[in-house]
Amino acid sequence: MMNPANQTQFIDQGLASDPTNRLPVTLTINGQAYPLQLESRVALLDALRENLHLTGTKKGCDHGQCGGCTVHIDGQSALACLTLAVMSEGKAITTIEGLAQGETLHPLQAAFIRHDALQCGYCTPGQLMAASAWLSGQPPRTAAEIQEAMSGNLCRCAAYPNILAAILEAQGA
Amino acid sequence: MMDAIGQPLERADAHLKVTGAARYAAEWDLPGLAYGAVVVSGIARGTVRAIDAKAARRTPGVLAVLTHENAPRLRPLPDKLGKVLLRGEGGMTEARQPLQDAEVYYAGQPLAVVVADTHERARHAATLVGVTYDEQPPELAMTTARRQARPATFLGSPEEKLQVSIGDPAAALAAAPVRLERVYESAVTHHNPIEPLATIAHWEQRDGADFLTLYDTTRFLTGVQQIAAGAFSLPKENVHVICPFVGGAFGSKGWLFAPPLLAALAARMVGRPVKIEWRRQDMFTVAGHRSATRQTLALGATPDGQLTALQHDTQSHASLVSGFAEPCANLSRMLYQVPNLGFTHQVAHLNLPSPSTMRGPGETVGGWALECALDELATELKLDPVALRLKNYAEHNPETGKPWSSKHLRDCYARGQALIGWEKRNPVPRAMREGRYLVGYGMATTMYPAGRNAATARATISADGQALVESATHEIGNGARTIFRQISADGLGLPVARVRFELGDSALPPAPNTGGSVTTATVGPAVLAACRNALRALRQLAVRDAQSPLFGAAEEAIEARAGRLQLRAAPAQGEDYGAILRRARLPAVSAEGSAKPGPEKKQYSFYSFGAVFAQVRVDEATGVIRVARLCGVYDVGRVMNPPTARSQLLGGMTMGLGATLMEETSYDPRTGHPVVRNLADYHVPSLADTPEMSIEFLDNPDPHIGELGARGIGEIGCVGTPAAITNAVFHATGQRLRELPLTPDKLLRAATRA
Repeated sequence: MMNPANQTQFIDQGLASDPTNRLPVTLTINGQAYPLQLESRVALLDALRENLHLTGTKKGCDHGQCGGCTVHIDGQSALACLTLAVMSEGKAITTIEGLAQGETLHPLQAAFIRHDALQCGYCTPGQLMAASAWLSGQPPRTAAEIQEAMSGNLCRCAAYPNILAAILEAQGA
Repeated sequence: MMDAIGQPLERADAHLKVTGAARYAAEWDLPGLAYGAVVVSGIARGTVRAIDAKAARRTPGVLAVLTHENAPRLRPLPDKLGKVLLRGEGGMTEARQPLQDAEVYYAGQPLAVVVADTHERARHAATLVGVTYDEQPPELAMTTARRQARPATFLGSPEEKLQVSIGDPAAALAAAPVRLERVYESAVTHHNPIEPLATIAHWEQRDGADFLTLYDTTRFLTGVQQIAAGAFSLPKENVHVICPFVGGAFGSKGWLFAPPLLAALAARMVGRPVKIEWRRQDMFTVAGHRSATRQTLALGATPDGQLTALQHDTQSHASLVSGFAEPCANLSRMLYQVPNLGFTHQVAHLNLPSPSTMRGPGETVGGWALECALDELATELKLDPVALRLKNYAEHNPETGKPWSSKHLRDCYARGQALIGWEKRNPVPRAMREGRYLVGYGMATTMYPAGRNAATARATISADGQALVESATHEIGNGARTIFRQISADGLGLPVARVRFELGDSALPPAPNTGGSVTTATVGPAVLAACRNALRALRQLAVRDAQSPLFGAAEEAIEARAGRLQLRAAPAQGEDYGAILRRARLPAVSAEGSAKPGPEKKQYSFYSFGAVFAQVRVDEATGVIRVARLCGVYDVGRVMNPPTARSQLLGGMTMGLGATLMEETSYDPRTGHPVVRNLADYHVPSLADTPEMSIEFLDNPDPHIGELGARGIGEIGCVGTPAAITNAVFHATGQRLRELPLTPDKLLRAATRA
C-alpha cells in the first residue's frame, strides 16, 4: 500500500512525471482495498469503470460539467472524472455501489424510488451521491437551497421536480 | 382484466438504477477488451490527402489505426429500412458508411480509429494522428446554399407530404380582411442524453461462420442488427444486439448506424472486442441534432377571428450526406379548421453534421411558430387566445377530412385555464408586476400524432407460478419495463409481483424502434396477445387432463384470475397455473403473440392533444426570463402508469423549456466547427431552472387505437411548451420575440428598440 510519503518518493524519482509509467496504487473503495497498477494519467472515473468494473459511477461528459461521476472522497462529494486515481490513494472512496447498507437502501435511494425521481437512470447515481454527501449531518435544507445545490447534476430526462420531492422527504428521514 | 394497468406502480428497474447495477452499453466486461478512440475531421469540406499514423502506431499498447485506406469494406446502406426512407431527400439518416472514402462533409466527421489496450493509450495515440487535407470553402449558410431541395414526403411516408396546398391559400390571404405574416427562427439544438453514444463490438466464429455481438446504446435493436448484417454481408441471425438500458435518447440513438459500424470495423481489424465510447464533444457532431429553422407563417382571418387561410413555409438544413427535413407544418396541417391551407419545406444542404429526429421532430419548433402566430393574431384582433382557438376548433382533420379517433381538447383548455388562473390575470400586456419582475401568462395548444406498428412478444408461465414476458423493445427512461410488466400481469391474470418483463435484446421476439410516441400502442397489444396464447395453451392442458377440476370444460367457460384458471360461472372450481404444469410434468408453457395495426387508420385520424399554460417572470434589467409555473393538461388516451407517465411529461415540458430559453448550438460561420460542444456552453435545464409544474391527464381511453386505449406521451410535453412560454413573455413585456432561444440579449435588444 502506497502512503503519501511513498508518493513523494515516486515523484522524486521522476516516475510520476511520465504519465505512461504504471505505478502501484491501492484504492480503498466502499471499505475494500483494491491494489492496482495504473498509469498516473488514469482518472479515478476510468479506474473505477475500466479497471475495477464498478460501473455505477457514470461518465457523462468527462469534463466536470454533468455530475454523473460524483463519488464521495473522505465523505466529501467529488467528481471522479476530474480526480486522478493516484491522488485518491489513502482516502476513503464511496461509490454508488457502497451507498446502501447491505440490503437496506439509503433513505435517499428509497425516496428516489418512491417519488419516481429517475427515468433513464444514467444520472441517478451521481444525483444520489451528490445529495447524500451534501445532506450528511446537516440540518434540513429548504427547497430553494436544494434546487441551487443540486444544479451541478444534470438530468436530461428532467426528473427534477421528483428529485426535489425525494430529497425533501429523505432529509427528514 | 385491468388490475395492474393504470396503477401507480414503482418503476420495475428503479432498484437497479438507484444502486448503480443497471448496465449500460459501455459497461459490459469482455475478456481482452480493447479501446477505440476516434480521430475526427478538422475541416468542414474537402478531401483527406494523407493520414500520418506512424507516431500513433509506435505508441505502446496501440493495436491498430483504421483509416479509409485500410478499414474493411462495408456494403452501402439500403435506401429503405422497412417503410422508412433512409437515404435521399426527405430521408432519415446519414447515408454514408464510415471510413470508406476520403471525402470530408463536415467538421467532426470520423476519419480514423485508434485501437489500443487501454482507454488512455488509445486517447493519447489518437492525438498523434496527423491529417492533411485538400480543403475547400464550406457551405454554411442556409439561405445562400447552392444545393436546396424540396422533398415530397417525410421519410418516404405517403401520409406525410411536405409540399401541400389545399384550396387557394394565396388568394385567400390576399382577400383576407385581417392578414398577419411573421418569420420565426429557431436554433440548432442537441439531444445531449447524459449517456454518450457507446458500442462494444465482439466478433466470434460460431459454427464456422462470423458472428457479431454489438452492445450498443440504441433504441432500435432490430435496425442496428439489419444494418450491421447488411454492411458486413452476414445473415441477420449472425448479428446480436444487446441493450437493456439506454441512458436517454430524446430522438437520438435511433438511426445512427456509423457508431456501431465503426466499433465493428475496429474489432474485426484487431481480432479482439473493441469499445468505442464517444466524447461529449462528439455528441455535437455524430449524434444528430434538430436543424435550425426559418419559418414564415401567414394567417388570414375575418375580424371576428375565423381563420380563412394559413400558409406555413419552412427552411431547414441537412448535411451533404443526408436529406432529413424538419417537418414543421405538422401542427399547421391539422390543428385548426381552415379552408385554405398550404405548407412547403425546403432543405438547404450544408457542410454541417447530419440532423435527425429530436423529441417532437417538426412539432416542437413548427408548433412553436404556429402557436406564436395565433397569439399574435389574438392580440391583433383583441381576442382572448383561448377564445381564438375555440373559434377555429377542428371537429375533424382539415387535411384528410377524417374524424378524430378521440379528441377532448376543449376540456384541456378549460382545465388548464383553471389550473393557471387564466381568468384572474390582467390580459393587457405589460400590466402585471411582482416587485422588480414583469409577470406574464401565455398558452399554447399541443398535439402529437398517435399510431401503432407491428410487434411481437413471448410469454412464459412457469410451474412455480412466476411468469416472464419478453419483447425486443427498449427501456430509454420511458418506463417500458414497468408498464409492459403491468400489461403482462393483467394479460396473464397474475399479480405484478410474479411477473418479469425483459427487453433490450435483438434475440427476443422483434419489436420496432422506440420512437414516435408509439411504443405502448405497439408493443402493448403484442404483449397481451402473447399472454393470451400462453393462457390458451395452459387451458388446453387443463381441459384435457382428467385430474384437473377443469377437465372437459369448454375453453370459453374458463377465466384466468389471480394465477388460477377457474370456471367463470363457478370460480371455486379451478386450480392454479403451477398445478396444471406440474401434473403435465412441464417446467413451463410458452407462447408468442403478435399484433399489428388494423384498418383503423383508414377511418380515423389519431392524435393526442393538450393545452399548456405558462407563467413567467421577466427581469428587464438583465433580460433574464424565468418560468415560474407550467401547467399541462393532456388528452393522451388511457394512462398505463400515472407516475411514469407524469415523469415523461415533466421531462418533455422541461426539454421544451430548454429549447425556448437556453439551448443553442452555434457553428463558426467560417470554419463550420461547433463552437458550443460541451455541457457548460450548451445549457440544458437544471433543477434550478425547473418551474413549479402541474400535469393532468384527462384519461379518456381512445376507442379506436386498440384495446389498451393508449396513445403516446413521449413527445407531446415538448410540443406546446415553447409557444406557451414565448407568448407569456409577450404578455409580461409587450415584446414579441421570434427567435429561439429567448436569451437575455434578445430581450434587451427588443427592449432597446421599443
